[in-house]
This record gives sequence, C-alpha cells and structure tokens, in this order.
Amino acid sequence: MTKQMVEVPPKGGFSFDLCRRNAMLAKKNEGAKAPSFRKTGTTIVGLIFQDGVILGADTRATEGPIVADKNCEKIHYIAPNIYCCGAGTAADTEAVTDMVSSQLQLHRYHTGRESRVVTALTLLKRHLFNYQGHVQAALVLGGVDVTGPHLHTIYPHGSTDTLPFATMGSGSLAAMSVFEDKFKEGLTRDEGIKLVTEAICAGIFNDLGSGSNVDVCVITKGDKEYLRNHLMPNLRTYVSEKGYTFPKKTGQ
Amino acid sequence: MFSSLTGSYGSTLRYKSVERIKPIGKHSLLGASGELSDFQEILRYLDELILYDNMWDDGNSLGPKEVFNYLTRVMYNRRNKFNPLWNSLVLGGVKNGQKYLGMVSMIGVHFEDNHVATGFGNHLARPIFREEWHENMSFEDGVKLLEKCMKVLLYRDRSAVNKLQMAKITEEGVTTYKPYSLRTHWGYSAFENPTVGAEGSW
Repeated sequence: MTKQMVEVPPKGGFSFDLCRRNAMLAKKNEGAKAPSFRKTGTTIVGLIFQDGVILGADTRATEGPIVADKNCEKIHYIAPNIYCCGAGTAADTEAVTDMVSSQLQLHRYHTGRESRVVTALTLLKRHLFNYQGHVQAALVLGGVDVTGPHLHTIYPHGSTDTLPFATMGSGSLAAMSVFEDKFKEGLTRDEGIKLVTEAICAGIFNDLGSGSNVDVCVITKGDKEYLRNHLMPNLRTYVSEKGYTFPKKTGQ
Repeated sequence: MFSSLTGSYGSTLRYKSVERIKPIGKHSLLGASGELSDFQEILRYLDELILYDNMWDDGNSLGPKEVFNYLTRVMYNRRNKFNPLWNSLVLGGVKNGQKYLGMVSMIGVHFEDNHVATGFGNHLARPIFREEWHENMSFEDGVKLLEKCMKVLLYRDRSAVNKLQMAKITEEGVTTYKPYSLRTHWGYSAFENPTVGAEGSW
C-alpha cells in the first residue's frame, strides 16, 4: 500500500528548524562553529537642518576583527526623496532597504504621489518587529516630503524614534558627543555638512569598528545630493612613485 | 578634575553627595569610579603610605609619579590574586613644575596621557578631548572643556546627576570648589510633539 503524503502549505516567515541542528553541531564538534556574518560596525548619523535632512555614514564593513570592505556604501536609496543609513548585519540592512524601496515604488505607481517618510518608517518597523529582532538592522531614516523634513531611527526590534539629530552603530557614542555639544536648530547647509562630517570623523578616529571615508547625503525639498566619499581622511600614506609593472601574461 | 557627586547602589541613585576626588599628600589628586568601598580602602592604603613617608621627615614628599606607581602595583597584584579592587582611578598632580596625569584600571592597566576619563567618559568625553585639547590651555579653557564633556555625559549617561565637584591641583597646592550644577538645554522645537507626523513612534 502506498503511503499518502499530505501536502502541507509552506509556512510563512522564518523557519527555525535548523537552529536546533546548528546548536547540536556546535556542541558535538568544538570546531564546527557557524561562520560569523559580516557586520557594519559603524557610525551613522542624521540631522535636520533648516531646509531638510543631512545623513552621514562611514565606509568600513567588518567581519569580526578584519575589515572586509574598506569603502562600502551604507547610505541606501529608498525613494528619490528618502534615504536610509544602515548599521548592523550588512546583508540585513541591504535586503530590508531594497525590499522597502521596491514596495514604495509600487505604492508610488498605485497612488501617483511622492512617497512619505512615515510610509517607509511603518513598512520598515512592521517588518523588523515581525522578525522579533532577528533581522539585525539598525537604521537612520531621513527624507523630505510634502509634510516637511523627517528624521527617524529604527532599532532591530522594531521600535522607532523621531529626533532632530540621531546616531546609531558602534561609533554612535563618539558621534553623539559631537552632536550634543554642537547641534543647534536652524543650521545652514554648509554648517550641517560640517557638523555631520565632524561627527562621523569622531566615530572613525575613536571607534575601532568604523573607519575609512565619510559619505554624506543632503536631502532638501525637491532635490537630493549624494556626496560619496565627501571626505577621505585615511588615504594610503606611502605609494611607490615607480609604479608597478606586471609581466605581460598576468591576467586580462 | 571633575566628577559627579553620585554613589549608586545597583540602579538606585542612593547617595548624592559622595566626594569621589580626594587630595593625596601635597602633590596629587585621586579620583575614582566603581566600587566606593574599595575606593575607601585605597584611601586607607595611601594614607598609611603618606604617613610613613612623612615620618622620615627628610624634606622630601611622594610626588604623583610615585603614588601612581604604588597604585598600579596594588591594583595589579590584587588582580593577580583574583581579588581585584573594583575601581578605575585617575591620578593627577604637579611636583617641581612637572605635571602628571594617569589612569589605572581595576586589572592594573595603566597609562599616562594629557586627558583621561573613566567609565562612560571613555566613549563620550575622550573624542571631545582629542579634538579640542591643546598645549598651554588656561584654567578657564580647561574648565570650559571639562564642563562641556560633563554636560554630554549628563545628557547621555543614565547614572549621571547634575551635581558636579571640581578640584584643581597646581604647584601651590590643592583647591577644591563647592559643588555646582550645569545648565542644560531642552528647548528644541523638535522635542515638542515629536510624533505629530508619525503615530506609533516615540
């Protein structure tokens, strides 16, 4: 007699079946540890100035004690008027911001209007709360829409804050000390960029998880400016003037 | 040297007038964070040390470098016996025109620098120091810089209280000032009705 297999519809969300097997493996063979994931030990900041929002981030991605990427992009595109900086696990921040970005694009087609920052905020926080903090993405979301400039922080467990200035990541304390000292309301564009750069530099030079260059993104009503590598305070000190010559057969 | 006058008991702010900066001998100031009872024990050790030194009556007195070295040895040896004195100590002083500022942690890690901090100050105050400290600062500049750092700590450290003690040591001797409070600024327009646009946020 043939055994009848009952077709069970696939369950949604994370399946935690392999967690038990991983724990068992880790206990059984001392060496079979799960590979550590790439984190963006980071400094990300945002502030509201008189015409809009300025976001800033460093560019170092770490894998434990090693620098995996020395010039990565931590300011992600969400909508033409909304950008998001991400700290935490690099894959999580990348995936979550891409997902919300495409959802917002569809929403824009559906409504025919410019996306609002609170829409992105709600989509992100609902997703993160749903996964109860297992999606380790700590985000600084900023943008300008019809209701004005907005800046929010989103924590991995799904709570959000609405703030005039915010910092996240391992370098957040160093950057926050600069902000608490020097922030005023109604900063001009240049003052705002200078303050954001100073805060990120405080994170770069005083936190081991952050480093390399400073990225800045300025969003105002109807206009955005992504200043990639706005400041590069960590250039290579010694570069050989002779240059390098490779034998002709070396690669393409 | 600045410290806040708090003595916490776990997460309760139990004592709000604890002086955590004490003069040691004629030439040094000792500030501590961590376990208060261990700090009082350290003060007793140092008391004995200074007393014995005075008994020699030879016109010489222990300077900050000597006291610092003694403290380092004490902390490191206690750590080796698995019975640490749970403190982070800051020792500053002047002797014969030579200035000295050093820090000892509870495991005996010690170093000398132009600006030191304990606890949360390491994360919040040292970035500011590194940017804004320079040689030949006047007394007023130094006080302003330290007050700036204490203000940031007041905003961002949960165990901070707005009551500060300041102590100064120069070639002439130790001066301790009366405790005072800092003025804080909470009047950002963004703090009034912050979530008017985003319901469900904080």
